[in-house]
Amino acid sequence: MITTLEQRFDVAAGRRRCLRYRQRILEISQQVTALHVAPAFSCLEMVDLIYHGLMRNPGNRSHAGTPDSFLMSKGHGCLSQYVILEELGVLANSDLQRYCTPIGQLGAHPDFGVPGIEASTGSLGHGMGIATGMAYADRIKGDDRAVFVVLSDGELQEGSTWEAIMMAANLNLHNLIAFVDLNDFGGLARMSEGHPAFYPVLDKIQAFGWEAIEVNGHDAGAMYEGYCRRSRTQPFMIVGKTVKGKGVSFMEHVPIWHYRSPNKEEYAKALGELGEVSS
Amino acid sequence: MFADTFYEAGKREKRLAVVVADISPAGSIQKFREDFPDRFVNTGVSEQIMIGMCAGMALRGLQPFAYTIATFTLFRPFEFVRDDLCYQNLPVTVVGIGGGVTYSTLGGTHHAMEDVAVAGAIPNLSIIAPCDPAETKAATLWCADQTRGPIYLRLGKAGEPDLTEMATPWIFGKLRYLKQGEDLCIFSYGPIMKLALQVATACEEKGSSVSVISVHTLKPLDREGIANALSRHKRAVVIEECVPHGGLAGQVKEIACDERMDCPIHAFTLRDEFIHCYGSHADLLAAHGLDLHTILTRLQG
Ligand SMILES: Cc1ncc(C[n+]2csc(CCOP(=O)(O)OP(=O)(O)O)c2C)c(N)n1
Repeated sequence: MITTLEQRFDVAAGRRRCLRYRQRILEISQQVTALHVAPAFSCLEMVDLIYHGLMRNPGNRSHAGTPDSFLMSKGHGCLSQYVILEELGVLANSDLQRYCTPIGQLGAHPDFGVPGIEASTGSLGHGMGIATGMAYADRIKGDDRAVFVVLSDGELQEGSTWEAIMMAANLNLHNLIAFVDLNDFGGLARMSEGHPAFYPVLDKIQAFGWEAIEVNGHDAGAMYEGYCRRSRTQPFMIVGKTVKGKGVSFMEHVPIWHYRSPNKEEYAKALGELGEVSS
Repeated sequence: MFADTFYEAGKREKRLAVVVADISPAGSIQKFREDFPDRFVNTGVSEQIMIGMCAGMALRGLQPFAYTIATFTLFRPFEFVRDDLCYQNLPVTVVGIGGGVTYSTLGGTHHAMEDVAVAGAIPNLSIIAPCDPAETKAATLWCADQTRGPIYLRLGKAGEPDLTEMATPWIFGKLRYLKQGEDLCIFSYGPIMKLALQVATACEEKGSSVSVISVHTLKPLDREGIANALSRHKRAVVIEECVPHGGLAGQVKEIACDERMDCPIHAFTLRDEFIHCYGSHADLLAAHGLDLHTILTRLQG
């Protein structure tokens, strides 16, 4: 049985954290020529909610009890995870300063063995299978652990993701909680334009035997409420409608920001925009 | 270069089509897509059907190219490449960009360290690994109207320098001399050719006469050409961005053994180890001893 922390999630505090995280990600972007800014901004509220509201013992920092697990299945969004692990003290400030350099340990995708990283991802469509295996192992070992996994909508184009979704439902893995970052973009274009049969997503997930809801993926309160109300009999998915590049107007919905660093002026402008939102 | 060449070839040949999986060549492919929308398909992040659709289209007489990052064009849909393309021997070109460890900040999931070895193990699959834009152009044109069967076309990244202006012409299945010498002969292929040429220059400065050979077609391998080169030089070096087993180095040694040649062969390859390090392409190669200093030191020792 999962015993969740049903304490209230402080939405305002979450918003303040996410502002700091966006600023920090932009700061890191100035060290390298390219990084996945928009993919990280897209899923940031989900990752923040998971670490700060849903996971018990995130980052395995206390020795009291087994930690819940977090898998960044959309591995290229990992800056959102790195900045949180930095704040939790799991990663050092110097780790992020050395992002993508030969003297560091962090690259553009999560690497198993790095503190706080539970699986190597980056090739899309792997996380759901691994998460299903972990959740199944926890069940047969009798461990009270939940597995949280963040997927991109692009990963729902991979057959492997659907194989795992079906299997997790076959196994009734109610200790498996998935978030889909539904921003309507892959690397090239809008899904709704090129791949209209991709929609509706929610119905497909439910038809595969999951309990699932669709909410605004930047609204931590709504996601939290949906999570608390889940019935705990099946695997549970939050399909979060998001904006790729959320928070910086010129990055929102613009494909080049999938993998690009802002130049100096763009950096200043982006920071300015984030500042306005907060004040 | 691939995109521009493909566009030109596609304008002439109506059977050419390209199927991508949410990764697309820059440049003229956009023009190709606008001019010939039916012959451009983006499957989304679905590499298995990228290969499957190419097979179906080839079975209907088209000449399709599959295009994405090397790990996702070859490894992810491996058995589709093997059964749908190779077993049925269909003339589909599987283009892998970022062959070797080109994607040097993206980590091990994006490294195709063993692509040549893996592709080389499948019957019917030819392998072409151009070392510069000019070779990419020649190879792309060749793939566009070949009827031989499936090809793995292994590319680096855009913006590489031209290295083969002075070379003999590009012919599928034949070695190509970028420079001709007598003492030392260096075999290489793909983007690491830049390093091979640096090694050559350094050896020349020390008074050696050096040949540099582009082994752009790794399968079928020009065994005769390799045996010939081994017989005409005092020492041979293989420099390749591939794991030690199943790449070029082992095959050159095998040829030397089969032909009873005593030319010493020095192999410089990636190691049989994943790379957990980040930085420039050169940084990653150096992590496995593929840098000028290490190679020269080992050649002298
Ligand atoms: C198997 C696989 N195919 C292709 C890629 C290359 N790739 C990286 S991100 C991406 C698509 C980005 O879209 P999405 O997955 O929806 O993520 P998001 O929009 O949230 O950034 C692609 C195709 C990959 N990493 N793995």
